[in-house]
Amino acid sequence: MALPQIKADATKDRLIGMAMPACGAWATTARQDALNRLIAMGLPHKRDEYWRYTDPALLVGAEVSPSEALRTDTPIFMDKDKVRLIFVDGVFDADASDDPTLEGVEITRLVDAQAADVHWAQGLYGQLETAGQNPVDRPLAIMNTAFATDGVCLHVTGKPSKPLHISYRQSSDASDVVLHHVVKLDAGTELTLLETGTPGARSNVVLEVDVADNATLHHVRPQGRAHNRAVATHLFARVGTEATLKSFTLAMNGKMTRNEFVADIIGDDAVVHVGGVCVGDGKDFHHDDTVFITHDALNGESRQVFKKVLRNAATGVFQGKILVKAGAQKTDGYQISQSLLLDEDAQFLAKPELEIYADDVACSHGSTTGAIDETALFYLRSRGVPEQQATTLLTLAFLAEALDEIADEALAEELRDRLEGWLARHG
Amino acid sequence: MLEIKNLHVQLEEEDKQILKGVDLKIGAGEVHAIMGPNGSGKSTLSYVLSGKDGYEVTDGSATLEDVDLLDMDPEERAAAGLFLAFQYPVEIPGVGNMTFLRTAVNAQRKSRGEEEMSAGDFLKEVRARAKDLKIDADMLKRPVNVGFSGGEKKRNEILQMAMLAPKMCVLDETDSGLDVDAMKLVSEGVNALRSEGRSFLVITHYQRLLDHIKPDVVHIMANGRIIKTGGPELALEVENNGYADILAEVS
Repeated sequence: MALPQIKADATKDRLIGMAMPACGAWATTARQDALNRLIAMGLPHKRDEYWRYTDPALLVGAEVSPSEALRTDTPIFMDKDKVRLIFVDGVFDADASDDPTLEGVEITRLVDAQAADVHWAQGLYGQLETAGQNPVDRPLAIMNTAFATDGVCLHVTGKPSKPLHISYRQSSDASDVVLHHVVKLDAGTELTLLETGTPGARSNVVLEVDVADNATLHHVRPQGRAHNRAVATHLFARVGTEATLKSFTLAMNGKMTRNEFVADIIGDDAVVHVGGVCVGDGKDFHHDDTVFITHDALNGESRQVFKKVLRNAATGVFQGKILVKAGAQKTDGYQISQSLLLDEDAQFLAKPELEIYADDVACSHGSTTGAIDETALFYLRSRGVPEQQATTLLTLAFLAEALDEIADEALAEELRDRLEGWLARHG
Repeated sequence: MLEIKNLHVQLEEEDKQILKGVDLKIGAGEVHAIMGPNGSGKSTLSYVLSGKDGYEVTDGSATLEDVDLLDMDPEERAAAGLFLAFQYPVEIPGVGNMTFLRTAVNAQRKSRGEEEMSAGDFLKEVRARAKDLKIDADMLKRPVNVGFSGGEKKRNEILQMAMLAPKMCVLDETDSGLDVDAMKLVSEGVNALRSEGRSFLVITHYQRLLDHIKPDVVHIMANGRIIKTGGPELALEVENNGYADILAEVS
C-alpha cells in the first residue's frame, strides 16, 4: 500500500536538516537500511490506530517546541555508589562523567563503536528495533536508528559491583535529542542500569537490550521533570532462557511522554516485569505507556503493572498487549493498569489486549479508573490526619503495588519520597 | 465535657430528618450509654459529632469543652480530643497500620502545637499498648484492618484510642460482631482508659456490653430524640422487656 501523501510529506519535512553521522561500514549500512524503512513507513500520525489516544505531533513536528531546562533539578540516587555517564543535550560529556570503567562491563561510546569496522554492537544495533516492528509499526524508533547522534554500548561480561547510571541533563531550551543505547548481557551476568533526567527539550531515546540465558537486567528510569519536555522512548528486549528483565519508569511532569516497551521472550523459564508510575497535573500533561510482550517459549512469566495519578485535565494512556505464541505453554502473563483521578477533569484511556495461541496458559488483565476512597479518607481524617496528608497517604498506597516492582528497596524508597514530595506540592 | 443542645440533623441528599432535637450533657470522667431500636439515629449522632459528610445540621449545637464542634473539619475535631470508634472500621490497603498510627498521633500533636513523638518513643508506647490488647507485631505491620477479623478490627480501634489519648470517646456499636471473649478484651481495653479527664459515650443495642463497661448514665433514643434517661438499671429494663414499654410510656 502506498504511503498516504500527508504522511510522506510530513516525514520529508521532518527529515530536512537531519544528518546521518559519519560511521564505519556496518553502522552506515544499518542506518541507511533504517532510513529506507522510515521513508517506506512514514512517521506516525494521529489517525494511526496505534496513536489513537496520543497525538504524535509534538514528537514528529519539524520544529521543536521549546521547553525550559530545569536549572535546579535535585540530583537523584546520590547515595548510591555507581558509575555515571552524563549526556548534556544529547552529547556525552566525558569531563562531567565518572571514569567509564567498571569491572564486568565494557563501556563504549556509540560513535566510537560505529566508527569501527567491526564491533559486537553490529549484531544488535537496529536489529532488535527491526524485530520489534512486527506486528506493529514503531517509526520513531526507526528514525532513531537512522539518525541517533550519540549513546552508549554496554557489553556485560560479569556482575559489576555497582549500577551503571546514564544521567541526562538538558541545558538548551530547544535541544532536539536522538540517543541510542545498546546493552548486551552475556549468559549468567547481571547489571543494574539507571537512566535519569531530561535528555532534551524533545528527545527520542532507544534502548536495545539483549539478555542472554540466566542473565539479569534491572532497569530503573525516573524520567526528567522539565514541565514542557516531550519524549519518546523505546525499549526493545530479547530475553533468553531463565533470564530476567525488570524495568520500571517513573514520570512526573512533562508535556508529552510516550514510553514503548517491546520484549520478546525467546528462552524457556524467562521473567519479564515492566512497571511504571506517572503523576500528572494539568491539561498539558499527556503520558502514554505502550507495552508489547511476546511469549515464544515455555513457562515464561510476564508482569505489566502501571499506575497513574492524574488531575486538572491531565491525560494518561495505557496500551498493553500480551501475545502468547503457539507452543508457549505454561505462560503466566499478568497485566494491570490503574488510574486514580483526583478530579473529574482528568482522563485515563486504556486498551488492554491479550492474544493467545497456546492452550495451557494463565493470563489475566485488569484496568480500573477510580477516585480517592471517601470512606478511607474520612477514617484517616477522623484520626486527626489533615485532608491533604490523608489524600497523599492514600495515593501512595495506590501506587505501592507498582513501586514494589523495583527490586532494590533503596531505589524504590527514593522514588517514593519524590512522589510524596510531588503530591505535597500538587495537593 | 460534651454538650449537645437541641440537635436537629437531616440527610443532605434527601429531605429526611434523622435527629429531631437531641439534648445530652456528659461530664468529665463520666460514661454514658445510648441504647435504642434500629433507625433511632444513634449512629447518625456519632457521625455528625465526628464530622462525616452527608449530614446537614439544621438546628442546635454540639460543643466539646465549650468549643463548637460542628464548625470544625474532622481532623480538627480529632485534635480537639474527640474520638469515634467505628462500628465498621475501614480497611485501607497499602497503608501500614504502624505508619497510620504514627501519622495520626503526630498530626494531632502538630496541630496542637506539640512536639512530634520520636520513632523510638512511639514504638515503645505502641508495643506496650498493643500487648495489653493482645495485638501481635504482625497486625501492626499489616495494612490498616486488611484481613483483620471482626474482633481484631475492634481491638485495633481501641489501640488507636489508647495511642491518641482523646478526651471524649464515642464508641459506635463496638460490641457488634464480637464473641464473648473478644468483648471482654475490648471492654478491658476501654476500662483501662477510663479516667477523670476522659468521658465515654457508648452506643449499643445490648445490655451485655454494659456489664463490662459500666455506665454512669443510660439514655434511650428513639425516633431522633432521647426519650428517657436513667441509671444502669434502665439498660436492664430494656434487656428484659425490650423497648416497647418505654416507647409506650413516653408516648
